[in-house]
Amino acid sequence: MKPKVAFFDFSSCEGCQLQIANLEEEVLDLIDIVDVVSFREVMKEHSDDYDIAIIEGSIMRPMDVSRLKKIRNNAKILVALGACATIGGINKIRNQWPSEEVKKEVYGDVGLEGNKYFDAFQTKAIDEVVPVDYYIHGCPINRDEFKHVITSLALGKKPIIPSYPVCVECKKKENVCLFEEGKFCLGPITRAGCGAICPTHGSPCEGCRGILKKPEIECVMEILERYDLTYEELKSKCKMYNYGMEECK
Amino acid sequence: MSKDIDICIEHVTRVEGHGNIVLNVKKGKIEKLEWQISEAPRFFEAMLRDRDYTELRPITSRICGICSIGHSLASLKATEDALGVKNTEQTGIFRRLAINAENMQSHILHVGYLAVPDLLGVGSVFPLVGSKHQETLLKIVKLHRLSNEMSDLICGRTTHPITLVVGGFSSLPSKKQLLTLKEKLEDGLKTTQEVAKVIKSVENNFPDFTRETEYIGLTSDQEYALYDGDIASTDTGRHPDYKNYRKIMQEYVVPFSTAKHAKHKRDSYMVGALARFNLNSNKLHTGAKKVANLFNLKPINYNPFMNNIAQLVEFVHNIEDSIKWIDTLLDEGFEYEKPVDIKLKEGRGVGIVEVPRGILVHDYTLNKKGKCVKANCIIPTNQNHANIQKDMEEFVPKIINKPKKEIELNLEMLVRAYDPCISCSTHYLNVIFK
Repeated sequence: MKPKVAFFDFSSCEGCQLQIANLEEEVLDLIDIVDVVSFREVMKEHSDDYDIAIIEGSIMRPMDVSRLKKIRNNAKILVALGACATIGGINKIRNQWPSEEVKKEVYGDVGLEGNKYFDAFQTKAIDEVVPVDYYIHGCPINRDEFKHVITSLALGKKPIIPSYPVCVECKKKENVCLFEEGKFCLGPITRAGCGAICPTHGSPCEGCRGILKKPEIECVMEILERYDLTYEELKSKCKMYNYGMEECK
Repeated sequence: MSKDIDICIEHVTRVEGHGNIVLNVKKGKIEKLEWQISEAPRFFEAMLRDRDYTELRPITSRICGICSIGHSLASLKATEDALGVKNTEQTGIFRRLAINAENMQSHILHVGYLAVPDLLGVGSVFPLVGSKHQETLLKIVKLHRLSNEMSDLICGRTTHPITLVVGGFSSLPSKKQLLTLKEKLEDGLKTTQEVAKVIKSVENNFPDFTRETEYIGLTSDQEYALYDGDIASTDTGRHPDYKNYRKIMQEYVVPFSTAKHAKHKRDSYMVGALARFNLNSNKLHTGAKKVANLFNLKPINYNPFMNNIAQLVEFVHNIEDSIKWIDTLLDEGFEYEKPVDIKLKEGRGVGIVEVPRGILVHDYTLNKKGKCVKANCIIPTNQNHANIQKDMEEFVPKIINKPKKEIELNLEMLVRAYDPCISCSTHYLNVIFK
């Protein structure tokens, strides 16, 4: 029996689900090994009977919490898809201000109190609301990694996600280090798995795959010193994708 | 006309984002008819406060997964306008390739994956696998792949581009890669014509419905305007004063929608492929004009369902236009240029581009340290919500005697015809009151 897979989305740009359409002909291979029973962005059919729930987006409203809890109850395995789901990502930038203040700045005073659609609290990643079994990182996700995770789960295996920094993949590509070009790159503290795609195209890593659990902080400090940069600047760079988690000492 | 109907389609499928259609009819009279947006608001403009000018592009790219290249380009144009940056001609050419690639990717996704299932009477593209339409499906997949490969090549990545930076590019493809791309585009042109014939054979499945409205988009004397041009309306003509875009795009909040609505001279207006076609069809390349003729599409066309066909026409135009620019680059030669040097200064900048779903505005005010102090974005889908609502109000009485299932399908098809991008439209901020 093929495992039944359902896709769900919360607050996000839906770009990670789009990467599945971007697998092109390989989508056909994918539906050979799993049964897609719900995927609102591309199909009309829907079923609540599924084994694996794949969730994109951050949680921002009470109505999202109850929907997510239902999904967690229905699913045997829950996978967080993309930075909004795995770490909160860009959506967490606004957590530096109280929700009420952001709402007021946005809507002004238009009398939306009690309107459930507008009832936003501070952004949460999925695992701040329900337990998550597996993570597919990135903004957007890496299509190859997505294939690896789905294939592993369909085979009943544990997917392997890198626990070393982006610098490892960047070195393998023989790129010139972007610090040498005067750019501030978060590669040294960020989880690999993207193939160092941004530095390879001349743009610094922004940390979208999340900060490593245990970055080699001594090496990081050494790099900062060599290029006359400070730990405070590093923390400030982290505030794009990893707001509230930028302390890595 | 004395029946009761209760329709509540929660989370319309095969559209980007969360929207609901609610229709209550009592004794043949419409009591409630709403196109609701229930997507969570995302507060993007608030998030841009105090961000460095180099971060505005990567952050706003994340407003939308499908039109991230368009948001990136609007963002760069606004930032560059504020800082007084003058880009090279070469940057303009590569950015036009980027915008063509995204338009192609988005249009083929919409026409091929999201709209075609309705025409063929299935719930998604999945049942087409192994059916008599498998060959058509594979052609659509091939065109989708081509569009994405082109974005990857020009922008470093399809979704959330990497190479687009303030004042230019962080890396460029090689001449050899461009030549290979050109060959694939030429092949893609033939494939598109084959797909167009299949769609032609089922075109009668589009509902026959017209409603006169206003169309707004960019227009230019030089080209079919996508990257650059003046704001124009089918009602009021050209408006070159781009910094005063708010005079044309008047946004307001409605309680049943987390996305804003907009209007200009009438109750609503439409933006997107059909609007651009209605404004600029004489600037289309030859092959695109042929496809328009195949479907007898002529300006001004007031049938919102024909937006699907206008997208197909634009797809062909984007391929032809890309081939033209690649030829220019290869004939004249090109080298990687470092981004233009930036001198920080205080100021406001406005960037306007056409993205797949219509005209998009980013508006930033920077302080003298290059930090953003104020931001506003006007999103295509927001500009269409009121027009969708008005279309529904006129469409429902015409189909009210059909079976409930058919009314539902027709209303869903109407929403899908606009190809709404709801994540985009709930990016939120800066409200103008009605």
